[in-house]
Amino acid sequence: MLKYDVVIIGGGPAGMAAGLSARKQGAKTLIIERDTRLGGILNQCIHQGFGLHYFGEEMTGPEYANRFRKMVESEDIDVMLESMVLSLDDNKKLTVLSPTAGLCEIQAGAVVLAMGCRERTAGAIALPGSRPAGVYTAGMAQKICNIDGYLVGKEVVILGSGDIGLIMARRMTTEGAKVKLVLELMPYSSGLKRNIVQCLDDYGIPIKYSHTITKIVGNPRMTGLYYAPVDEKRRPILEEEKYISCDTLLLSVGLIPENDLLNGTSVEMSRVTNGAVVDENRMTSVEGIFSCGNVLHVHDLVDNVSNEAEIAGKSAAEYALGKANRSSEKVSVTACDGVRYALPQSVCKGEGEVKIFFRVCNVYKNVKLVAQCGDRTIFSKKYMVLAPGEMGSITLDKSDIDGDLVLRLEK
Amino acid sequence: MNTICIMCPMGCPLNIEEVDGEVVVCGNTCKRGAIYGKEEYTHPRRAVTTLVRMKNGDVASVKTSNTVPKERIFDVVKFVGELIVDNDVEIGDVVATDVLGLGVDIVITGRK
Repeated sequence: MLKYDVVIIGGGPAGMAAGLSARKQGAKTLIIERDTRLGGILNQCIHQGFGLHYFGEEMTGPEYANRFRKMVESEDIDVMLESMVLSLDDNKKLTVLSPTAGLCEIQAGAVVLAMGCRERTAGAIALPGSRPAGVYTAGMAQKICNIDGYLVGKEVVILGSGDIGLIMARRMTTEGAKVKLVLELMPYSSGLKRNIVQCLDDYGIPIKYSHTITKIVGNPRMTGLYYAPVDEKRRPILEEEKYISCDTLLLSVGLIPENDLLNGTSVEMSRVTNGAVVDENRMTSVEGIFSCGNVLHVHDLVDNVSNEAEIAGKSAAEYALGKANRSSEKVSVTACDGVRYALPQSVCKGEGEVKIFFRVCNVYKNVKLVAQCGDRTIFSKKYMVLAPGEMGSITLDKSDIDGDLVLRLEK
Repeated sequence: MNTICIMCPMGCPLNIEEVDGEVVVCGNTCKRGAIYGKEEYTHPRRAVTTLVRMKNGDVASVKTSNTVPKERIFDVVKFVGELIVDNDVEIGDVVATDVLGLGVDIVITGRK
């Protein structure tokens, strides 16, 4: 059986950064990737906007991926490509299917989960109507366009205003398609503001908030769809239903962390993030299994993924090499009153600083974010605006944390 | 001109007008918004990312080496769409220089 100190599942931005950081600690490291090359979804994100925080320069997705790929290749890190992890258990034993090694078992000292997300599909949101050709998830359309070189349609409607959908609105437009409309169920966008302005407004693409699709029509190719505004309970108001012709629908309706592998483990999951519950070292409830990147919680910026993966990779190496020397006494970190989640969900007591990431439930203006231990406020900060589409973070001094921590919003 | 400031999540609605030869930005709540509004009014610029064909039919992704005036985006995309590059291009290779006299190059950013 193959043995490694640290095995990283997934070779996207999270996996590559985790691998580099584990190797830096001296761990014998393996990255397992199912695609033909490292880089993950970054390879198909040919737009700008990556690396401003991490590298201090703006680059495209493939360039960001390439920068990390080069670093991985220059280090003594093993990489298995076109390889699929079939199972993982609490003892950190993996079953892997690979074109070179066949079906093999690998024993890891520590495992880092870096499998990223899948897109929610038409089935996942129970989209009404028939299932003609022309309905794609935005990321799938992005891959077909940017990697394979084909445009998936000519007259496009986009459901959902997540960042990938907005980016694809611009991509389809610059490549010659007509993007007729973007529909968003919520009264606000779940994407970054700059993408609304630079991907929709720049090209005069209309967006209708609080609207959804009521029926898809066409056979065998999509010919159009019906849409309607929704009431405050997000039910479509059918009296106001309208028709729009189109040959393509792109879905940008959310991402699901791809955690199916954890079914064979007892890793505790969060119902809010759909990722594992972790401490500040990104260790899950199973000792030696770590999680980072979009498989842990969906990030807006890859730069944050790289930073988080470095924490996970370093901690995994320290654990595997028996160098982890941390207080086992943990306090919980929870969210309420407008804060949807806080991550990590627990913090080990001790010295030094800890960064807590959070997302809010709604768009809030002129609010105060408060961190409390019992009745004691240990941190507060005023924000002119907080939005669900933009992850926030606060840095706390661990010596201030003497009990369970709660993040909440105050007026 | 009306637009939304993108300097932070606040997204202030900006109204930008020229009064006696001076560009005046209204609606912003900070200095960064005033600078952004002024630039968007006087010379909005964007970086362009698109695809270029290789001789073997595959595509490679490209970017402009710098921003171009917003109204020239489609001219640049059309120009790049007519290029055919060698199969052995690598990330960082310049495949066209001073495109349409705009002072920007076309740089390979990714390939299969």
